[in-house]
Amino acid sequence: MTELTPSQTVGPFLHIGLPWPDGPFAASPDTPDAIAIEGRLIDGAGNPVPDGLIETWQVASNGHRGFGRCATDQDGWYRIITVRPDPQPDRAGAVEAPHLDVSVFSRGLLHHLVTRLYFPDATENAADPVLSAVPEDRRATLVATAIDGGYRFDIVLQGDGETVFFDV
Amino acid sequence: MPTWPTFERVTGLHPPVSVPEYRSNLLRAPRQPLLVLPQNLTEVTAPVFGADRIGATDSDLTRQFADEPVGQRIIVYGRVTESDGRAVPDTLVEIWQANAAGRYRHASDNWPAPIDPNFAGGGRTITDADGNYRFTTIQPGAYPWGNHPNAWRPAHIHFSLFGRAFTQRLVTQMYFPGDPLMPYDPILNSIPDEKARQRLVARFDLDHTQPDWALAFEFNLVLRGTPFEAENDD
Repeated sequence: MTELTPSQTVGPFLHIGLPWPDGPFAASPDTPDAIAIEGRLIDGAGNPVPDGLIETWQVASNGHRGFGRCATDQDGWYRIITVRPDPQPDRAGAVEAPHLDVSVFSRGLLHHLVTRLYFPDATENAADPVLSAVPEDRRATLVATAIDGGYRFDIVLQGDGETVFFDV
Repeated sequence: MPTWPTFERVTGLHPPVSVPEYRSNLLRAPRQPLLVLPQNLTEVTAPVFGADRIGATDSDLTRQFADEPVGQRIIVYGRVTESDGRAVPDTLVEIWQANAAGRYRHASDNWPAPIDPNFAGGGRTITDADGNYRFTTIQPGAYPWGNHPNAWRPAHIHFSLFGRAFTQRLVTQMYFPGDPLMPYDPILNSIPDEKARQRLVARFDLDHTQPDWALAFEFNLVLRGTPFEAENDD
């Protein structure tokens, strides 16, 4: 590889540069099929991470931005408004179940972490190539839980129930 | 079957997941190994941001208040490219930094150095058609942090970039040439390779100084490219 630039942490003061007033809105909240994705970012001691930033990305469609960004609050919560993406083909001709790519940034992380959010009621999950490649006992960490108005997706950085993270 | 670019996989460049010398890393680094995510449509695309995201003073951090901030005015400029040299045009570049005294304008930063009422410390711009960006700001100061006894961060500016694909997302820090604190910094030194660390050190550039106004530093950023599938790139 040629001279790639290495990663560094966002540090504790990311709020000066990264959050936007409209950041949490990957889709307009007025969209009839808008859903909330919310959850907590948790560290290896089971404590909330109050200085993290969550970003979600999905292939944009129908004029939606597709990108959401929300800093975690004092109790580790984030909340992003979006729409549920469609299934899509992968390189090999298989079908990827509806998913969001989720990035986690925080003090202490020298490179951001990447995970995926899947929807609990998607029939395509069973044959999704990425989910299927994850050890069965950890697969549930990638599947959100249905709640009123959307889905809950907690992200555990370390230890019991540790979320599956990916090298992209 | 769709053909998409394949971005190079990177090993040995970035800091490892676990860096015990960095105290905040201890409870936040995953213990399980990262699994390989194939690069499909979600991974080879990225959000597109237009000029409407950029305010009039967003790229000049010395002009965001009625009065000027205290400190040495500097121009920080450079080019964003991929590893094959191709430009990354129209991509959002976000920065944030401490003021000249080494204090962030942030509720969590309370070490006894002065807040500058005329400096917020955040900026953003979009690269031009050739991948160039340019900020005017002030030289940030060093500051102590609680990582270990008498720990000081070298002066730095945080950078955030998107590139043209999710695989290219990069957050990093720019350092200043000759900063005597760099050898002691566990964050910079978490990067395993000395040459890679040096790539985070900007170059003082006399030719780009603005006479009677501001010094200049060049900081180029190189994102992952697609060397293995050039025929599939448009």
